Amino acid sequence: MASVCFYFQVHQPQRLRHYTVFDRGTNYFDDHKNAEVCIKVANKCYLPANRLMLELIEKYKGRFKISYSLTGVLLEQLELYAPEVLTTFKQLAATGCVEFLAETYYHSLSLLYSRDEFIEQIKAHKQIIRRLFGQTPRVFRNTELIYNNSLPVIIDQIGGFDAIITEGADHILGYRNANFVYRPTSSAGLKLLLKNYRLSDDIAFRFSNRDWSEWPLRADKFAGWINQINGNGYVCNLFMDYETFGEHQWQDTGIFDFLRRLPEEILRYPDNDFKTPSEVIKAYSAVGTIDVPHTISWADIERDLSAWRGNPMQENALTELYRLEDKVKQTGDLDIIADWRKLQTSDHFYYMCTKYFADGDVHKYFNHYDSPYDAYINFMNVLDNLNYRCSKIPAQPEVESSHTAHQQMAVV
Amino acid sequence: MKVFMLGWEFPPYISGGLGTACYGLTKAMDELGIEVTFVLPKSSTSHLAGHVNIPSDQRCAFKNVRFLMISSTLRPYAQVAAVPASRELGCSATQQTNAPANIGPGQIDDPNNYGGDIYSDVRGYTDKAVRIAATEQFDVIHAHDWMTYPAGEAVSRQSYKPLIVHVHSTEFDRSGEHVNQQVYDIEQQGMYAAAKVIAVSNLTKNTILKHYDIPSEKVEVVHNAAEHSGNESQHIPLDEADKIVLFLGRITMQKGPEYFLAAAKKVLEEINNVKFIMAGNGDMMHRTIELAARMGIGHKVLFTGFLRGEDVDRAYQMADLYVMPSVSEPFGIAPLEAMNRNVPVLISKQSGVAEIVSHALKVDFWDINEMANKMIAVLKRPPLQKTLSRNGFNEANKFNWEDSAMKVKKIYEEVIAKAQSEEK
Repeated sequence: MASVCFYFQVHQPQRLRHYTVFDRGTNYFDDHKNAEVCIKVANKCYLPANRLMLELIEKYKGRFKISYSLTGVLLEQLELYAPEVLTTFKQLAATGCVEFLAETYYHSLSLLYSRDEFIEQIKAHKQIIRRLFGQTPRVFRNTELIYNNSLPVIIDQIGGFDAIITEGADHILGYRNANFVYRPTSSAGLKLLLKNYRLSDDIAFRFSNRDWSEWPLRADKFAGWINQINGNGYVCNLFMDYETFGEHQWQDTGIFDFLRRLPEEILRYPDNDFKTPSEVIKAYSAVGTIDVPHTISWADIERDLSAWRGNPMQENALTELYRLEDKVKQTGDLDIIADWRKLQTSDHFYYMCTKYFADGDVHKYFNHYDSPYDAYINFMNVLDNLNYRCSKIPAQPEVESSHTAHQQMAVV
Repeated sequence: MKVFMLGWEFPPYISGGLGTACYGLTKAMDELGIEVTFVLPKSSTSHLAGHVNIPSDQRCAFKNVRFLMISSTLRPYAQVAAVPASRELGCSATQQTNAPANIGPGQIDDPNNYGGDIYSDVRGYTDKAVRIAATEQFDVIHAHDWMTYPAGEAVSRQSYKPLIVHVHSTEFDRSGEHVNQQVYDIEQQGMYAAAKVIAVSNLTKNTILKHYDIPSEKVEVVHNAAEHSGNESQHIPLDEADKIVLFLGRITMQKGPEYFLAAAKKVLEEINNVKFIMAGNGDMMHRTIELAARMGIGHKVLFTGFLRGEDVDRAYQMADLYVMPSVSEPFGIAPLEAMNRNVPVLISKQSGVAEIVSHALKVDFWDINEMANKMIAVLKRPPLQKTLSRNGFNEANKFNWEDSAMKVKKIYEEVIAKAQSEEK
């Protein structure tokens, strides 16, 4: 029996506008650019993909199931710029075949810097998902699938969760594979779902690559690969950016046709089905524990944090940002707090990545700055202004205890 | 394969990037085993320049390159003051021909912006080069910049060998829109006569296509490189208190000194503990000094004059940031040299080097606000300085003259093969 478990990450950051050291304005975000991107991606990906998912769910009468993680920053932008997308997500929620996951509202790296902030953002995210889709998420995925042993401890502490999703990195699995359910070493109650990165990346990255020996990838061939899991696993976790459909892989690559045919090809084998993450963990018990002392993510070959914290600029920007936490929260100024939180979105630090900059690779594709240096300069100018705004406001008497008392988490 | 090469600058007698480029390229060609006869003007009145640190006796280190000296006074750029060189070249391979005319330093403030009676110098150089060529064996002629193009054409006519002209800069780069028609005509004539035109960047290629009416397929781009030290350099501050922003190059219209000052003024409005060093001279030096004073930042801008040898190294060592605000820079080797010395660089987008480097800050030369924004960021934020310095060093090390020489060699082979097939 192989259960296909789809989870799609849906996210767009609030990009910053060009902000020099001489600027004094308090509107940091490039509303025009953000609207433009949101509408473009809505038309190329979100709307056609959502409509296709609705069509498939209806066609297979409950046998085709998927899950999403939609960030708070994206949902805010959809409400503003592409409400039609939100409507179709609500329709998907109403089918009963779609699960919504929890994550940090701001798609942040707060796990690594502030436990309090991390917890607040998860709570805020659960709230917006409940409000919009009438579901309370029970499975957690962290930004960029970042994970280490400290994460399950905090997720346990928040409560209400059954499982965490992360990367099926080779080095945490050893001789084992990602097609089973596992448990973290640091929590007895939670389960782990690990991404099958080979099959996921076949769709997300290699689908349209003509140099790939398997090109063109058709649904029957892919279903055959999934079927090979039978006997050596229960579940195939296909986790990817939703923008794979129509944005990273353009419509003319045949990606939508591939998706349209896939359920039929997979269900052709009677042993196979589709399950949501919650169904997977109900159906299968954990076969072993996974120990992750060193932080992993789903990024690049390294599967580590180097895309966000790989150079001194990124380290500095993140440290300075979280250093402001108390000061920001003590102002009690909701605008300042919201701006500070939007600055936490991981994309801002990804733009500063210099790893593959000179090679003009995937990092560049997602970057609206001319260079990672420009990204850092811009971010720090904004942060300086935010700091200045905090200084102008006298500290409020204790707003909420959780806001002021926090500790930096020790992370390996 | 034998090359008859025509140049007018070679270290240590240089006033700009041309000599540096000729040295780097020729040295790499020497190592590839390409035989070169390099005809140079005898540089007794050329300006002794130091910003590339190459001892004169290195000329003797070439195995396959022979240098022939013509007495003449070719100087590509106007100078504020010429310093007579004291050293003579002591290479055994060096031959000298008689000087046709010797123009002294007194005649340099020519209104046409070129030193001396440039046209008679060019004629003199051409005559001598043709005479030398008559006794030489070679397969291809390679001429560097406009002053040697007439010689290249004449030698090509006489020998029936193909000509390659190498464009290190054009009249549009040097003089903006106020082009010297005579120089422009010489440049265009050379490009017409050439079998191939080598441009030092895509930027320069585009200038050639736009202004000189040359078909695109005739122009090949071969980027310059820089000699590397191989080791990371140490940062030795001038003093504890002040950060240093370095401008190193000729102080001429082309190099954008007034944009540098305008940005400096904006920087000083935000941070005080910074000094701006302008190293080099040129026809705008006096005006630039006056401008700094008029802007009220005279005490923050230091003019060193032309730096040479160790002084150049010292300038790089104390610099927190190197800025090249050029209005028009066909290539720009100096930023690569700065990167080789672990100095972060901010370069104008209107430069050839901006096409090939990633780990540099880039700005439109006219965008004073952004230039100052980026200067301040480097001065204020050590992590930025560190990341730029480290990555810039690694990147600059990837560019080498061997790659450029290989490309030039391929162009020689093509041109020679084509000439031979046309002969048949």
